[in-house]
Amino acid sequence: MLEDAASRRSLIEAVAQDVIDHAEELTALDQAVGDGDHGVNMKRGAEAVLADIDALAEKTLPEALKAIGMALVMKVGGASGPLYGTFFMTLGKSLPEKPNSTDTVAAFDAALQAVMARGKSHPGQKTMLDVLAPALEQLKNDPSPSEALCVAAAEAAEATIPMRAERGRASFLGERSIGHMDPGARSSSLMITKASKILEG
Amino acid sequence: MVRQMVGEEVPLASCGGDTDGGLGTSVESILSAIDAAWSEAGVAILVDLGGAETNSEMAIEMQPEDRQQRIAICNAPIVEGAVIAATEASGGASLDIVRRTAEELSPA
Repeated sequence: MLEDAASRRSLIEAVAQDVIDHAEELTALDQAVGDGDHGVNMKRGAEAVLADIDALAEKTLPEALKAIGMALVMKVGGASGPLYGTFFMTLGKSLPEKPNSTDTVAAFDAALQAVMARGKSHPGQKTMLDVLAPALEQLKNDPSPSEALCVAAAEAAEATIPMRAERGRASFLGERSIGHMDPGARSSSLMITKASKILEG
Repeated sequence: MVRQMVGEEVPLASCGGDTDGGLGTSVESILSAIDAAWSEAGVAILVDLGGAETNSEMAIEMQPEDRQQRIAICNAPIVEGAVIAATEASGGASLDIVRRTAEELSPA
C-alpha cells in the first residue's frame, strides 16, 4: 500500500481535489459559526499540494506527509493551517516507510495528540478533534480503511451540530454555535472518507 | 503609534493577512516579521485572534533552537500591549519583563 509513486499520487490528488470540490460548503459552514474563510483557506492549501504533486509522489510516504504538512502550514493560514499542518507533519514523523497496521494506528494517535497540543484543545469542544478522535477509536478496532471508518467520521462530524463551541472564533458565539456543523470537523471527515475509499481501492 | 511613543530605538515589525492578501494569517509573513524585528534581546509578539497565535507558535517552532528561547508571545491586548511592551523594551528591560508588563493589561 502506497509503496509506489503512482498510488501515492492518486491518494494525494483525490484528497486534495475533494477538499477543493467542497470549498464552498466548508465556507458556508464557517460563515455560520466562524469567519467564513475555512473553505477558501483549505482550497488554497490543497492547490499548493496539487501544484507540487510530481515531487510529492516521488517522496517516500513519511517524507511526502511531512512536505504536505509544511505546505499546509505555509499556505492555509487561519488556525487550520498550523492544525492540519501539525497533523500531517506528525503523521510523517511517526510513520515508517512501509507501515503496518500497528504503525498506522500509532501514527494517527501521535498526530491527534499533536493537534490537541497545538490547538490547546480536546475532543468535545466542537472542533476537528471531534472527528479525529472517533476515527482513531475506529482504527483501533479495525486499522484498515473501511466503510466503518467512513461512517464513523461522517457520524462524528454530524455529532458536532448540537455541540457548543469552546475553541476558536466559534466559541465567541456561545449558545449560538449550537445547531451548526463544525467546519473543521467536516473537512476532517471529508479527508478521512476520501483517503479511506481510495486506500480501500 | 508605537513609533510615535518610543521612536526608533526598538526594532519593530508587523504583519497581517493571508498569503493572498485577504483576512487571516501567514506563517511566512510572521517569520519575516520576526527576522525584521530580531535583536539579541529577542522578540515579543502581540497577536489578535486565535489563528494569529497558533501561526505564531508554529513560526517560533520553525526558528533555530537558540532563538526559540528568546521569542515570547504576550497574552495581552494587541494595541495597548504593543505600546507597553515597546516602552518597556526601549528602557532596556529583558524579554521576560517586557512580556510580563504587557500581560498585566490582561484581565486575570
